[in-house]
Amino acid sequence: MIEVKNLSKHFGEKVAVDNISFTVEKGEVLGFLGPNGAGKSTTMRMVTGYLPCSAGEITVGGADILDEEIAAKSKIGYLPENAPLYSDMTVEDFLRFCAEMRRVPADQIDAAVDKAIDTCFLQRVRQQSVDTLSKGFRHRTCLAQSIIHDPEVLILDEPTDGLDPNQKHEVRNLIKRMGETKAIIFSTHILEEVEASCSRAIIIDRGRIIADGTPDQLKAKARNAGAVFLRATGLASSGIRQELEKLAEVQGVNVLESSENGITARVLPNKGKDKQLPEAIFQLAVSKGLKVHELRVEEGRLDELFREITRTDTED
Amino acid sequence: MEATVALLLNFAIPAVIVTAIFIALLLFALPREVRTIFKREVKSYFNSPIAYVCVVIFLLISNGITFWFGGLLESGEASLYVSYFQYLPWYFVVVAPAVGMRLWSEEQRLGTMELMLTMPIAPWHAIVGKYLAAGVVIFAMLVLSFPIVWVINYLGNPDNGVIMAGFVATFLTALCFLAVTSVVSAFTRSQIVALLISIGICLLLWLGGLQPVSQAVTSLKGGWLVFWPVLKFINGIGILPHFSELAKGVLGFRDIIFFLTFIAFCLFSTAVVLRVKRA
Ligand SMILES: Nc1ncnc2c1ncn2[C@@H]1O[C@H](COP(=O)(O)OP(=O)(O)O)[C@@H](O)[C@H]1O
Ligand SMILES: [Mg+2]
Repeated sequence: MIEVKNLSKHFGEKVAVDNISFTVEKGEVLGFLGPNGAGKSTTMRMVTGYLPCSAGEITVGGADILDEEIAAKSKIGYLPENAPLYSDMTVEDFLRFCAEMRRVPADQIDAAVDKAIDTCFLQRVRQQSVDTLSKGFRHRTCLAQSIIHDPEVLILDEPTDGLDPNQKHEVRNLIKRMGETKAIIFSTHILEEVEASCSRAIIIDRGRIIADGTPDQLKAKARNAGAVFLRATGLASSGIRQELEKLAEVQGVNVLESSENGITARVLPNKGKDKQLPEAIFQLAVSKGLKVHELRVEEGRLDELFREITRTDTED
Repeated sequence: MEATVALLLNFAIPAVIVTAIFIALLLFALPREVRTIFKREVKSYFNSPIAYVCVVIFLLISNGITFWFGGLLESGEASLYVSYFQYLPWYFVVVAPAVGMRLWSEEQRLGTMELMLTMPIAPWHAIVGKYLAAGVVIFAMLVLSFPIVWVINYLGNPDNGVIMAGFVATFLTALCFLAVTSVVSAFTRSQIVALLISIGICLLLWLGGLQPVSQAVTSLKGGWLVFWPVLKFINGIGILPHFSELAKGVLGFRDIIFFLTFIAFCLFSTAVVLRVKRA
């Protein structure tokens, strides 16, 4: 549904987006991850046709966003960053306005407004003026606006920003549910969000894609992926550590806690040996008569990968 | 009684017909998107105090000044040109920017421009829809200043055709000021900045056509090499000569074309500014 080829954007000298390509099909939810200033919003603004691109090509549902602007835009629902709204309207009037602008047929507008209000839990504030809404409601009103015409493509810039934990959870579920029938791109800097709702994620830094894959694939790239967490007693920690380091499968041992009679440690696998590592450790424990209290394989953590591969000197 | 009938026949009814044509044009000739934006903007104007404040201040000042300074009552003359229409554009130099200052600056401040311009519409739909809504506010002011016409008719036997021409000329002039404000508001997210700069430019445009400027242009010719073309240009697009021709009741084709071209050019420039700002 969405095809982006060699997309770049310069603001004067500054390169905000640098040669990005990706595609999103129907039924896919693509997460954009990246530190502040990475170029997520700029990319989305180009995909929605708000900003013209400096170079590259964007098609939405087969229509070029620049050449067949209106055809492409009518397929898209868009939640801009910071959820802008016309502050002098009520929630219902605002949604009605958006439905008309989005060419919802006149006889279906009432139904569309009702549905969007239900989906985004806005019943309580339906007749309330937008400028008196709390941040969570403002955000969900803008989200309702983006789905009012049941678009095939949804582009959501930080859709859970400013929501409380319950609302975050609801919105993530909503995204996941809608992702079954639509092509969705959403941006976030909250990593658990990617795991909760994405089928694929892209990590962007300084305008470039630096990682691309399913959440599981990305997690496997993290340094600690496949490490074994071990808590055992029966020997002094230094003894256990020495024994562990002798194993061919072990690259190193991170001691987390040590005592006279035991150890808590993260054991890192040698390259390609991560599958054999747990068994080797278990054999060792048996042969040395250690008492194993805890032994588990650690999944890679997305936030570790994120920290490893993105710069630290982020803006704002 | 007779005067009232004459007033209705010669003035009120044609005015209503013109209004009806104006509204019909809006409803049928323009795309649905323009109508939707127009409706929203009109509602928003009349939901906020700004329209009412502008209307009330306008009515107080315009009527007050006309009666007390324009010497309408003393002169006993039924021609509104001298006392009323010659002052009216001065008010619009301030009032039109006050009405129009929010057109695009508010849209940028709220961030809603991003919503508006990612909807499946052409930018001119939004520009024209918003502009027309502001035009309706100006129109409402002129309609509400109607009692003064009644007073004149009560006092004497004026040529209502000329009064009508005065209103048309004033409306077109105010629409020009509004169009200038539309361009200026596209540059900034601050309404106050848009207001002040627009007032400045409108003043320049209004004064640019004054007699002294024309004289200066003629006498300076060849002299000040740098300033002359600038002065000449300002004098050339000065609104006043076109206004006074129209207001005198001379429905000059050229003057009408001038106003319409001016407005179209400003609206087009608004689109260009919005486009360049995003690139
Ligand atoms: N209109 C603009 N003019 C100049 N620079 C901009 C503009 N918009 C964004 N940028 C710059 O482009 C970079 C990417 O910004 P953005 O896409 O908003 O990042 P993100 O959404 O990932 O936090 C930032 O360095 C930002 O300062
Ligand atoms: Mg952003």
